[in-house]
Amino acid sequence: MEERETIIGLEIHCQLDTRSKMFCGCSTDFRDDEPNTHTCPVCLGLPGSMPMVNKRAIEFALKVAKALNCAINEESEFSRKNYFYPDLDKAYQITQYDKPLAEWGKLLIDGDNGEREIRITRIHLEEDPGRSVHMGTTDRGKYTLIDYNRAGIPLIEIVTEPDLRSPKEARKFLNKLRATLEYLNVFDSEKEGSLRVDANISLKGSERVEVKNISSYKGVEKALTFEVTRQRNLIRRGQRIARETRHFVEARGVTTSSRSKEEENDYRYFPEPDLLPLRVASWVDAIDLPELPDARRERFVSQYGISSEHAKTLTGGLKLAEFYEAVAPADPALAATWTADYLLGELNYRDFTIEAMPRELFKELITLVKGDAITDKSAVEILRIILDAVKEGKEPERPQAIVDRLGLAKSSGDQVTQMIDEVIVEQPAAVADYYAGKMQALNFLVGQVMKKCRGRADPGHLNILLKEKLDKKV
Amino acid sequence: MAKTLSFNPDDSVHAFLTTIPEVTYGEGPLSGVTVAVKDNITTKGIETTCASKILKGYIPPYDAHVVTLLKDAGAAIVGKTNMDEFGMGTTTENSAFGPTLNPLDKNRVPGGSSGGSAAAVGAGLCDLAIGSDTGGSIRCPAAFCGIVGLKPTYGRVSRFGLIAYANSLEQIGPMARDVSSLSKLFSVIAGPDPRDATSVDRPYSHEPLKKIDGLKIGVPEEFFGEGVNPQVAEVVREAISTLESLGAETKPCTMPSMKYALSAYYVTCTSEASSNLARFDGVRYGPGLDSPKSWHEAYSEQRKEGFGKEVRRRIILGTFSLAAGYFGRYYQKAQTARQMVRDDFERILKDVDVIAGPTMPDIAFRLGEKSDPLQMYLSDILTVPANLAGVPAISVPCGRVDGMPVGLQIIGKYFDDERVIDTAYAFEQEGV
Repeated sequence: MEERETIIGLEIHCQLDTRSKMFCGCSTDFRDDEPNTHTCPVCLGLPGSMPMVNKRAIEFALKVAKALNCAINEESEFSRKNYFYPDLDKAYQITQYDKPLAEWGKLLIDGDNGEREIRITRIHLEEDPGRSVHMGTTDRGKYTLIDYNRAGIPLIEIVTEPDLRSPKEARKFLNKLRATLEYLNVFDSEKEGSLRVDANISLKGSERVEVKNISSYKGVEKALTFEVTRQRNLIRRGQRIARETRHFVEARGVTTSSRSKEEENDYRYFPEPDLLPLRVASWVDAIDLPELPDARRERFVSQYGISSEHAKTLTGGLKLAEFYEAVAPADPALAATWTADYLLGELNYRDFTIEAMPRELFKELITLVKGDAITDKSAVEILRIILDAVKEGKEPERPQAIVDRLGLAKSSGDQVTQMIDEVIVEQPAAVADYYAGKMQALNFLVGQVMKKCRGRADPGHLNILLKEKLDKKV
Repeated sequence: MAKTLSFNPDDSVHAFLTTIPEVTYGEGPLSGVTVAVKDNITTKGIETTCASKILKGYIPPYDAHVVTLLKDAGAAIVGKTNMDEFGMGTTTENSAFGPTLNPLDKNRVPGGSSGGSAAAVGAGLCDLAIGSDTGGSIRCPAAFCGIVGLKPTYGRVSRFGLIAYANSLEQIGPMARDVSSLSKLFSVIAGPDPRDATSVDRPYSHEPLKKIDGLKIGVPEEFFGEGVNPQVAEVVREAISTLESLGAETKPCTMPSMKYALSAYYVTCTSEASSNLARFDGVRYGPGLDSPKSWHEAYSEQRKEGFGKEVRRRIILGTFSLAAGYFGRYYQKAQTARQMVRDDFERILKDVDVIAGPTMPDIAFRLGEKSDPLQMYLSDILTVPANLAGVPAISVPCGRVDGMPVGLQIIGKYFDDERVIDTAYAFEQEGV
C-alpha cells in the first residue's frame, strides 16, 4: 500500500528577549529569582491597571517579520482572548487576532528533497501568562502554586502554512527559524521555555490532529514521529483518525489525548479597548536587518573558500558562525574542517554549546595542525583534554603545553630517518620478506617505527620514507 | 509641610463606604479642600471595593493617576464613596453595602452609579468629589442631587487606576456644588498619562467665562420626546430660553441614531464588562474557600456568591454578545450603531457649538421604584450618546419638579470641554 503523504503545520511561540515585559516596565530577567518578585499592578492584572505597549517588543517582532519576508500590516490591532485559568491573572490574554502584525512570509529550508520555501501564514504579538506549579497531579493535586514572574513576557506567535512534509523537515524548519531569530538578536534560545511549539499533523485524506505542549527542538521531531506512526497504524487497522488535541509527554516520548471539557473554549475575542491600533508604517523603514543565515553562508563560501556544506553547518547558529569567524584567521579551510567535523561532535557528546570552547586555544590548535607540528590524532586528543578540563571547571591548558607535557610533537625528519635505519637493522626477517614481495612486511616495519616514536609520526609519510629507503638499498 | 484635618461626617445618606478620620494633605491649588473619591478608583492603602462583595478587603498597593494628581495638588482625600456595584446601575441601589439616599429626599435615590459622590457633595459632607461616567454615571446623580458633574472628552483624564467596567466608554470626571469649583478640580485631574494609552495630551487650564454671545445651541427633538417627563422637559426648555436671553442662538436638530443608542451602549458595555470582571475569580481577591474544590467549581461558586444580581446579569449578557456565532450579530453591530451616533454628533456639531437638553428623562426615582432592569436601562437614554461618541457633557442644575432638582445637559465637541463648562457657568451665574 502506498504511504500517505504527511502534512505538518507549526505554531511557534517565541519569547522576545527584551529587557522589560510586553505591557509594563517589569524586568524579564527572573531566571534565578524568587517567584512573584518581578511583578507590578499591570502584569498582576490588578484592578484598574492598564497595559502600556513595549516599543522594543514591537521593533523585535518587526525585525522577525522582515527577516521572514512577511507583508507587514500598517495597522494592526490588539485583542483580548478570554479564558479562565489561575495563571492568567486578567482572565484574558492580550494578543492579536484578526489584524496581526504581519502576514504572508516565507522561510527557506533544507528540505527532504532539496531546498524549499515554507510559507508563513502570520506573525502576531502577545503576552505570556504566568506559570502554574501543580503539587501532585493536575486532577487530584493538593494545591497549585502560581508564579507571575513570567506573566507579560513578550511573545511572538509564528504560524506556518501546512507545508512541511516530515517530522525531520519540521525540525529543520525550527533550526532555521531559531538561527534566524538568533541572528536578529531578538531571542535567547538558552532560556527555558523560550520556544514552544504546537503542531498540526495529518496524513493526506485524514483528519488533522493538534499536538500541544512541545517545549524543545528535539521534542518536535519525536512527537511528530510518534504521531505519524500512530496515525499510520490506525489507518492500517482500518480505524478512523479522530480530529482532536493531543499533548506531548516529553518524558515518555508519546502523545496523549486530552479531550477534557474545560479545553473546549470559546475565546470571545474582541479588540482590546485599552490600547490604540498599532501603526508601524514609520518604523518599518527604520529597521535595518543584520546579515541572516543564508547570506552568511554565501559569504563564508566566497570569503573563506570553504565548501557549501561546511558553510551551511557553520552558519546554523549565530554563536557558531561568530566562533568560526574568530578562529578562521589561523587557516580558513582547516578551521572549517576542525570546527564542523571534529569540534561539534566533541561538544555534542558533552552537551556543550560552542561557547565552551575557548577561541584562542582552538586557534592555537589549528595553527599547530597547520604547521604540521602534531598529527590529526594528537590534535583530537588535545581537543578532548581541553573540553574535559572545561567540563570539570578547570582552567584548560594551552595546546602547546599539552604537546610538551605529553610529548606529542611530531618527530623531526632526522629522528625519523634514524629510527627507520634502526628498524631495518633490527628486523632483517621482515626486510627480507619485503624484498621477497610481501607487502604486509612494509606495514609491519611502519608499525615498528611508530612504536619507536610513540605515534608521533604520520604513518602515511613513514610508509613513503621506508619504501624509498628499502628500494634505494637494492 | 504636611497638615492634617479630621473628617467625621454625619453620613445619614450613606454616601461613604470608607472615611478617613485623620486626613493628611499638602500644599497646592486644592490644599485642604476635602475631596471624596468613588470606590472604583484605586487608592493605595485604602480599601477599594467597587461596592462589591467580591472585592471586600482588597487594599490596592497603588494610587490611580487622578489620586496621585489630587494628592500632589494638596487635596484632602476624605473617603471612598458608595456606588452601584462596578458602576452597573442608575440609582446606587445596586451596592452590595446598601443604597445611598438622596440628600434632598431620603425616600429617593441619589442617581447612579456615582451616587455616593453626588450625595456627599450634595449633602455638604465634603467640598468636591470624583466620579466616573460610563453611560451617565456622573451626570445622572449630579442631576438628581442638584449639583454639577462633568463627563470629560474621552482621553482627557487618565483612566489608570479606574477599575474598568467598560473601558471604551468611561471617563473619570469632577463633581461639585458649582461650576467654578468643578472647573478647578478638572484642571487638577486633566492631562496626559503615559500609563493610559488612550489618554490625550490635552491639559485643562481654563477659568470659566459667562460670556456666551453668539453661542449656537443645537436642541435635538429626541431629547424631548417619548419617555421624557413633560414637566422636566418644560424646565429644561425654560433653561434653554435663559441661555437665549444671554445671547445664544438655538437651532432645532435631530439625532436619528438615538433609537440605536441604548442597544449599542448596553451591548458594548456588557461585552467589555464580561471580560473586565473575569479576573475576579477568587484566586487573588475575595474570601478563601472553606474546602478544597476543583478550580472551575471554585470559580463558579466564588463568582456566584461574590457578584450581585445586576452584575451577573450584565456579565451573562456580555458573554453572550461576544460568543462565537453571535459576535457579528451583537458586538459588531453595536460598533456600527456607535459609529452612527458619532456621525450624528459630528454632523450636528458642525452647525452648532453645543447641544442642550435634559440630563435625565425624569427626577430622582423613589427607592425601589425601578425594579425592572429594562425600565432602569431606558432612563439612560439621554446620557449614553455622549459616551458612545466620546464627546464632553455636563449636567448643571436648572430648576425643580416636585421639589426635586432637574439637570440641564450640555454636550460639546471633542476636546471642547471648555465651552461646555462656559455654557454651564453662564447659565449658573444667571441664577435659577
